[in-house]
Amino acid sequence: MIYRENGQFKTSYAADQQIFPIVQDRWAVLAIIAFAVVGVPLLADEYLLRAIFIPFLILSLAALGVNLLVGYCGQITLGAGAFMAVGAYASWNFIIRIDGMPLLAAFLLGGLCAAGIGILFGIPSLRVRGLYLAVATLAAQFFIDWVFLRLGWFTNYSPSGSVSIANLHVFGWTINTPVERYFLCLMIVVVFALLAKNMVRSAIGRQWMAIRDMDVAAEVIGIRPMFAKLSAFAVSSFFLGVAGALWGFIHLSSWEPAAFSLDRSLQLLFMVIIGGLGSIMGSFLGAAFIIVLPIFLNQFLPWAGSFAGLAVSTELVSHLEFMIFGVLIIFFLIVEPHGLARLWSIGKEKLRLWPFPH
Amino acid sequence: MKTRKFVIAASMVVMGLSAALTAPTVVAQDQQYFPVLSYRTGAYGPNGTPWANGYIDYLKLVGAKGGINGVPLVHEECEMGYATDRGVECYERLKGRHGPYAAVVQPLSTGITFALTEKAPVDKIPLITAGYGRSESQDGTVFAWNFPLLGTYWVAADILVQHVGGKEGGLDKLKGKKIALVYHDSPYGKEPIALLQERAKMHGFELSLLPVAHPGVEQTATWRQIRRDQPDYVFLWGWGVMNGAALREAQAVAYPRDKMYGVWWAGAEPDVVDVGEGAKGYNALALQHGAEANSAVAQDVLATLHAKGQGTGPREEVGQVLYMRGLISAMLGVEGVKRAQERWGNKAMTGEQVRWGLENLDLTQGKLDALGFAGVMRPVRTSCTDHMGAGFARIHTWNGSKWEFTSDWYEADMNVIRPMVMTASRAYAQAQNITPRTPEQCKE
Repeated sequence: MIYRENGQFKTSYAADQQIFPIVQDRWAVLAIIAFAVVGVPLLADEYLLRAIFIPFLILSLAALGVNLLVGYCGQITLGAGAFMAVGAYASWNFIIRIDGMPLLAAFLLGGLCAAGIGILFGIPSLRVRGLYLAVATLAAQFFIDWVFLRLGWFTNYSPSGSVSIANLHVFGWTINTPVERYFLCLMIVVVFALLAKNMVRSAIGRQWMAIRDMDVAAEVIGIRPMFAKLSAFAVSSFFLGVAGALWGFIHLSSWEPAAFSLDRSLQLLFMVIIGGLGSIMGSFLGAAFIIVLPIFLNQFLPWAGSFAGLAVSTELVSHLEFMIFGVLIIFFLIVEPHGLARLWSIGKEKLRLWPFPH
Repeated sequence: MKTRKFVIAASMVVMGLSAALTAPTVVAQDQQYFPVLSYRTGAYGPNGTPWANGYIDYLKLVGAKGGINGVPLVHEECEMGYATDRGVECYERLKGRHGPYAAVVQPLSTGITFALTEKAPVDKIPLITAGYGRSESQDGTVFAWNFPLLGTYWVAADILVQHVGGKEGGLDKLKGKKIALVYHDSPYGKEPIALLQERAKMHGFELSLLPVAHPGVEQTATWRQIRRDQPDYVFLWGWGVMNGAALREAQAVAYPRDKMYGVWWAGAEPDVVDVGEGAKGYNALALQHGAEANSAVAQDVLATLHAKGQGTGPREEVGQVLYMRGLISAMLGVEGVKRAQERWGNKAMTGEQVRWGLENLDLTQGKLDALGFAGVMRPVRTSCTDHMGAGFARIHTWNGSKWEFTSDWYEADMNVIRPMVMTASRAYAQAQNITPRTPEQCKE
């Protein structure tokens, strides 16, 4: 009734090709962005910003990167954490080795370095597919972990192998408080999400999807697999590199290679699978699910226990958190194997017919 | 129908979420709050649990005896599983709870210490990293908020070198000897390398570095190399399951256990109990703590808490190595608050005031004896330039059923450590744009 596109006529190509063709969608997205810009900083306290919103935004960006490669181009990767590490360490090296390096430029250069490494490790994708490719990208994870652990130059010979950063500035604006950190992440994530959305609607995105659906057929109709696959690796790694730099600089401020371990790669892959392969929205939903749910359970269980008159120990909470989280993952995968994004679009379809379903 | 159920379920989840995340916290004026980061689960859980139990028991003990000069104590625990990102989340969650009087945070992980070092000056909550953390943070003029009380990994490594030097009949006799460092491949395991390299240069021993990847169960290749090289001594910088695995591998390649020396994280009951007889003769560093079940403070905990069923962990654990470590760590925090109260009066102290208290800590032997730590600890005295306070340790040895002290007290050689601390802390200050505090600023 409310959510219906009847009567919304498109009179130009531009209107027909816009990102959100339905007026209600457009308003909803604008409202979400407005809420993120105005509402969140006003309502959220320091804990919510630092422990929930900032990690959520950064890992959404990373999940977006993984989704471009896995969801749109169909190339499975287990090395996402490694490309984040490349972005983080490369940006850090640009900052400390070049005087007066602007922060945003360092992030982008870090992303470019990650893109370069991504292309390198994407080369095997031209020959091998599926599980074999997953194993090949796993090599990236181990190799890059090794590089940052063993080669002192990348960490400026820090004795413990840990690097840290302080005094962040963007165009004379000092990034210090959680709200400022949040805004910086939000701006970058919004720009990159827009970029990703447009990329997958353009020629290059269509090439990726053709390769994903059937690479032989795609080659027959004139799509060059080398260009399509390697560009997907490059763009995906670029996103991951920028996310890695944000994770190190904005969220942790001090990090070691363990921050970008294989666990991180798997976490990102799960985000994309649970959120929805081949969906921009899904990346955000998946990140929210994986980041927020464990923390929520960890706090909700003792709170619920206190209502039932039970004192729940932190140990038990931690075990329960793993169990419930696991059960929920299985539940969602059974109920909707195409991810949370699919649930979202089913919801939209139903809303269109409401209140008179067939 | 299905949609409606889903919408209802979703909205309930969202309501629960917002309720839990913004759960009102009881703001009580005038109670001293101790946030507790702990890990009782995961690969390091067996070692993290006794520490956390000791830490909480000491806070309960002080509370049961009327608080800190009459100020009641409150603590809240958060499980972080030794993961840096969860540790930071826990820290953010706990720091604002229970009013403005968060006394001190003890991160219990070198990785989290590094992350919190940047946050502590902003949040104005001091960090105690007793025996771990970054070694250069001994320099309080740069690291105003870090307190590596009782020693750092450089102290630990230095004392181990002194001990094996003594075994050989003098440090100069180490020339040409081979020492292997088997370490956990993380900031924790890498900390001692700089000092060992310095000592290797001084005495001419050969140092080989053998990293072991997290969590440390896979060490076959490492120990095969040790069998080939036959080093004179092996220093074990392990944690959690890595220690037991190392001892089993040593048994398998028949490397003598009495030539193995663990750092204090690798020298407690959970590390050796499963190996039992196979670990007999294995030595470890006891950085001001050890198995002291008969000490006055352990007896006090048993009588005041466990006798009434208020103890945190099992009764047998009281007095074990890591349990004592937890007790000592909590005591240092409480004493920091007491020292601050001497200046600002007997009320709850803010983090800033506790920071001053920790910086001017003076625990004489008399005070320690009165607290029940007679025989357990040596005096600690901190200052603006020295946030460590003491650099003493003993060696203890596993005799197959319990840990026994097998050496007298050693003191780390500050002539070796101090210049390294100053170089590293100045480099940090330069990178972070920190101006080291002058002696005048220190007095404030």
